[in-house]
Amino acid sequence: MSETQKLLTDSAGRIFTDLCTRDRLEAAEAGTWPEELWQALTDTGLTAAAVSEARGGAGAELADLCALARVAGYHAAPVPLIETWLAEHMLGAANLQPVGGALAVGPILRRDTLRLERRGGHWTITGELRCVPWARNAEAVVLAADADDGARTVVVRDAKTIVEGWNYAREPRDTLRLDRHRVSDDAVGAPNRGCGRAELFFRGALFRTQEMAGAMERVLELTVAYAKVRVQFGRVIGKFQAVQQQIASLASQVAAGSAVAQAAAEASSTALARFEIAAAKARIGEAVAVVAGVAHQVHAAMGFTHEHALHRSTRRLWAWRDEFGTETEWQAWVGTVAAQLGGEGLWPYIVAARKPDLGSPLP
Amino acid sequence: MFTSFSLAGIEMPEHLERLREEVRAFLRAELEAGSYTREPSGWDRYDAAFSRKVAARGWIGMTWPRQYGGHERTSLERYVVTEELLAAGAPVRAHWLADRQFGPLLLTAGSEDQKRTYLPRIAAGECYVCVGMSEPDSGSDLASIRTRATKVEGGWRVTGRKVWTSYAHMAHLMNLFARTAPFDVKNRHEGVTQFIVDLDWPGITIKPIINLANDHDFNEVLFDDVFVPEDRVIGAVGNGWTQVSGELAHERAGSERWLNAYGVLVHLLDSVGTQPDRGSAEKIGRLVTHLWTLHRMSFSLAGLLNQGITPAVEAALVKDLGNQFDQDIPEAARQVLQEEDRVRLPEEDRFNEMLDRALLYAPSYPIRGGTREILRGIIARELGLR
Repeated sequence: MSETQKLLTDSAGRIFTDLCTRDRLEAAEAGTWPEELWQALTDTGLTAAAVSEARGGAGAELADLCALARVAGYHAAPVPLIETWLAEHMLGAANLQPVGGALAVGPILRRDTLRLERRGGHWTITGELRCVPWARNAEAVVLAADADDGARTVVVRDAKTIVEGWNYAREPRDTLRLDRHRVSDDAVGAPNRGCGRAELFFRGALFRTQEMAGAMERVLELTVAYAKVRVQFGRVIGKFQAVQQQIASLASQVAAGSAVAQAAAEASSTALARFEIAAAKARIGEAVAVVAGVAHQVHAAMGFTHEHALHRSTRRLWAWRDEFGTETEWQAWVGTVAAQLGGEGLWPYIVAARKPDLGSPLP
Repeated sequence: MFTSFSLAGIEMPEHLERLREEVRAFLRAELEAGSYTREPSGWDRYDAAFSRKVAARGWIGMTWPRQYGGHERTSLERYVVTEELLAAGAPVRAHWLADRQFGPLLLTAGSEDQKRTYLPRIAAGECYVCVGMSEPDSGSDLASIRTRATKVEGGWRVTGRKVWTSYAHMAHLMNLFARTAPFDVKNRHEGVTQFIVDLDWPGITIKPIINLANDHDFNEVLFDDVFVPEDRVIGAVGNGWTQVSGELAHERAGSERWLNAYGVLVHLLDSVGTQPDRGSAEKIGRLVTHLWTLHRMSFSLAGLLNQGITPAVEAALVKDLGNQFDQDIPEAARQVLQEEDRVRLPEEDRFNEMLDRALLYAPSYPIRGGTREILRGIIARELGLR
């Protein structure tokens, strides 16, 4: 970990430790926007970390953002941090003005589309987007839309219809309905310039993977700690071989998920490493079943209660493995790349430090 | 924040990339010359001529001092070379244990005379070693071995029975574990001594144990009052357990833990073609994500070992995951190409042979080199549960 990364993650860790307390997480789940947390992240420059220095931000590298996302995932931070980074990246790539504040992005689902049209001297945008993280709380939603002349980045500030929804972790996942919604000229980027929906999807997968790695580390920590104190039959349950074997298999999955997440972050230092991202989201998504399954089995009835902290991490893992591509969708993408490489072509590709960019634009 | 796993990435210096290319060029040339082919048994083949060729390239004893025939290269360089050889299914089994385990053991615990006698021969690809640990009543529980070495004038007399000794019928030497002091329940791990034994000595009988694939790999090795000279003791008498424990991270973290069934994946990709259906792409893709993960983890561990760090728990994690991968490959392959497809493959397609071998050998991987249960016990201990 670089010196910058350590400074960033330490500072974020302190904020999350102070402000991602049980009460605040519960309030967020009940629908209260965690203003104090967001403000603290803004004051330390973390919300604008993805904005380039030229545009007035911190200009953090992708690897630094990944390290921060991991810390946020560990603490189950109930704020659209990575979503704001994604939106700021889209704005920067399209050379649109920075917005500031909490931001949302879309489309998130691959079958959702947006149509941008020029009629009567102004732009309108139409479409329905589901599962948009934190749309209700966002200053603006930054969107990848299709126009007659190509893909364009669009900023929507005053969407009228937002239907509130939630994922398993009770994080906002809203439906955004735009029906010939009027957009000003300065809120539309040039055609085919900027971060399109495919890149948005890969970037989102990269960040979610980091959050998942952090959440898994928390789950392992909680599980080991519980097994060391819970006494049954006169000894702590961690002394039983049956329990030890289960926790070891949980640890193996966490180590695998953690290693691929880090590999994806490192490989993406200069450009998005699509194979590494795809493989990481697939591998860590697959790990969730064992990680959450064993953790709950060890915690038994206690872990099934609202009282216990475990579910704040496991519910996120269940939600996040489905977002930005499930493990089977990414496995199929990776499998198609492997089939293109062929039997003897696979190995050199796997071990190459810089891999040629193969594979379809989206899984 | 929880930081028990130190599997950070390491820079891939350019000379390592060049080294990979060098190994691949060697393998291509050997393949074209017909000196080896990718076989169902992969790298698990005894081929003395091939071992000598690998040695001639300086790829045995790579990290050892020059004075003992070594090449003073880094353990990352060794990692890269062995990974390339294994992935290609090159027949490197003959020198494998001598290079990976026995040589490093002599370097840390052996006498000067032992180093001078054996290391140059091993590095030349001419001396092969098997390991005599397991016994009929002693598998995972090494401390329970009963083979006894009794002190006599000028050396030791050994009597006992070793089993599951891979390639004892082809190796020159055995790294023998024998009890030199009675079993003490309070100090279970004391009183075991390591010896270097020539397998052609009088009193040694080697009998094949045929495995379920009908192959001769295992042996039973009987010691009937075999005289072992004093200078064949490795390290300190009674210290065998401690000496072997130090080597386990090297033994467990390598690519040999997850490149046993790889030939199946290679042939599966070729048999399926460039346009697999969705279900096949998923199953193949899952294997590839695991391959990528294991390569990454093993390589990170090699980097740590290179810095002199011994990550025991991470090494156990890699072996646990790697053994599972060796079992997952044939399971996935038989689902992608089902029996209906397999019987209709062209005659020259070797996928079926690859699958047969991998499926039949699958049970062995989470047993050899530390069973899954023992490894998970180590992981649990490192997590503070034991």
